[in-house]
Amino acid sequence: MVELIVYGIVLGAIIALGSIGLTLVYGIVRFANFAHGDLMTAGAYVALFLVTGLSAWLGIPDTTFGSLSFGWRMALAFPIAMLCVAGVSILLDRILYRPLRAKRSHPVIMAMSALGAAFIVRMIVLILWGADYRFYRPGVMRPAILLPLGVKIRPDQILLLLVVFSLVILLYLFLQRSKMGKAMRATADNMELARVSGIDTERVIIWTWGIGGALAGAGGILYGIDVQLHGGMGFNLLLPMFAATILGGIGNVYGALVGGLVMGIAQQVSTAYLLPTYKPAVAFIVMILILLIRPQGIFGGGRS
Amino acid sequence: MKVLETKNLVSGYGETDILHDVSIELKEKEIVSIIGPNGAGKSTLLKTIFGLLRPRGGVVELIGAEVTGLSPDRIVRKGMSYVPQVDNVFPSLTIQENLEMGAFIRTDDYGDKLEEVYELFPLLQERKNDKVGKLSGGQRQMIAMGRALMLDPRVLLLDEPSASLAPILVGMIFEKIIDINKTGVAIMVVEQNARETLKISDRGYVLAMGRKVFEDTGKAILENKEVGKLYLGG
Ligand SMILES: Nc1ncnc2c1ncn2[C@@H]1O[C@H](COP(=O)(O)OP(=O)(O)OP(=O)(O)O)[C@@H](O)[C@H]1O
Ligand SMILES: [Mg+2]
Repeated sequence: MVELIVYGIVLGAIIALGSIGLTLVYGIVRFANFAHGDLMTAGAYVALFLVTGLSAWLGIPDTTFGSLSFGWRMALAFPIAMLCVAGVSILLDRILYRPLRAKRSHPVIMAMSALGAAFIVRMIVLILWGADYRFYRPGVMRPAILLPLGVKIRPDQILLLLVVFSLVILLYLFLQRSKMGKAMRATADNMELARVSGIDTERVIIWTWGIGGALAGAGGILYGIDVQLHGGMGFNLLLPMFAATILGGIGNVYGALVGGLVMGIAQQVSTAYLLPTYKPAVAFIVMILILLIRPQGIFGGGRS
Repeated sequence: MKVLETKNLVSGYGETDILHDVSIELKEKEIVSIIGPNGAGKSTLLKTIFGLLRPRGGVVELIGAEVTGLSPDRIVRKGMSYVPQVDNVFPSLTIQENLEMGAFIRTDDYGDKLEEVYELFPLLQERKNDKVGKLSGGQRQMIAMGRALMLDPRVLLLDEPSASLAPILVGMIFEKIIDINKTGVAIMVVEQNARETLKISDRGYVLAMGRKVFEDTGKAILENKEVGKLYLGG
């Protein structure tokens, strides 16, 4: 049981990276980005290309760090892939969502276009890499470390938690201390007043999509390291991501983090009683329950 | 010298025009008030001047340059600031952060300006790290005005700064308006407290049903029996 909770935290940390991006974007442009899960997939596969293709071509050695399952290739691929997904995310907004916003399109049309974008991203991944399950490093299963209470955890998973923790700290510092971060919070509060104050809100929107995309990309890579890669991986995380976002109060960044962890734990613990294939159903049920009992989320919601 | 002028301004929402041919002006060092009944179009006028609504006709000139149809974030760079009637602070930000957002486009060190605003509103300094969402209406109004002053504007638009404030606070806000004006800022203020506002105004305009129906010095409007009966509640 304790072990399932630990695995839940690992899965939850990945979900949180997605739900933080969802909630940031929603806070600024009031739009539920159904393509967010597929941005995670994109991140995972861009990293796969960098690790197996480009790194080999550049002659970067295929060694691993200590008892981790990856090495320099992944260390380089990780930030580059994050930047690439940030770019894809910004591009999606500029060529698809922004024109629809400018036309004040109906929310249903916005949702459909996001779903369309999700399918496009996924199809590109399937065309380029096929539908097989893939690994960053096939065949190696690193031995697990034994923690107290009989919990087995792989070194990869410890690093994964550290990476998520660092990204969240960086985001916190960005939002609290930097000028652009403060402008993002101001714009989420009141976009019209932000413009009246002289803030270039279009630039804020670009930053928001970039950060949301980068975090989604990171989440996708970490999921690929922890489990495996496959074209539907991000889409399968979409439901728990939305549940986490709602749970934390839509627009609340720190709520989304907690929501992600709760969803991860709920999903993993459920496997003690249910088949793992019911995990998405668990996410769905939790989401329905929140909507029925506390639609504003556990923290009252609304503002970060 | 005129710092702000509208000529035959037409504006509205959706299909309907609200403002019809409104021509007003504000000169250097003046306080000018715009009064009129609810729904007269006073807020609409300020929003249109500030680029939140696109004018359907007419011209807006700011310090000798045409700004008709420019977006708010462009207009604010040209020396005019605006305090909206409602939702005029960022509730999840601290007081200090609200003021910093007012200075967003400044690239110089604006520490002095911040000090100046805190001197004008000492209460804000005491609580500068408090989130604004929890504060009272009077404090929020001070923050909103402080935010608008951060860019050293030459023209300030205030939309009902004393609305829904306790009577003692109303007096305080009017004193602050005079203080700000004395530092060389020309002020155009929309008010419900028409009599009080006219007392501190050099000139005033009466707006009704989207049209300018009367204009004179503040004193003359106060003494005008007919305007008093129609628009100042007897
Ligand atoms: N966002 C909007 N969409 C459509 N109509 C609006 C909008 N805002 C105001 N109006 C209408 O425009 C007219 C003028 O409104 P405006 O807010 O300018 O009046 P006001 O003089 O500021 O009134 P108040 O003293 O109540 O603030 C009113 O009839 C109002 O119903
Ligand atoms: Mg009004």
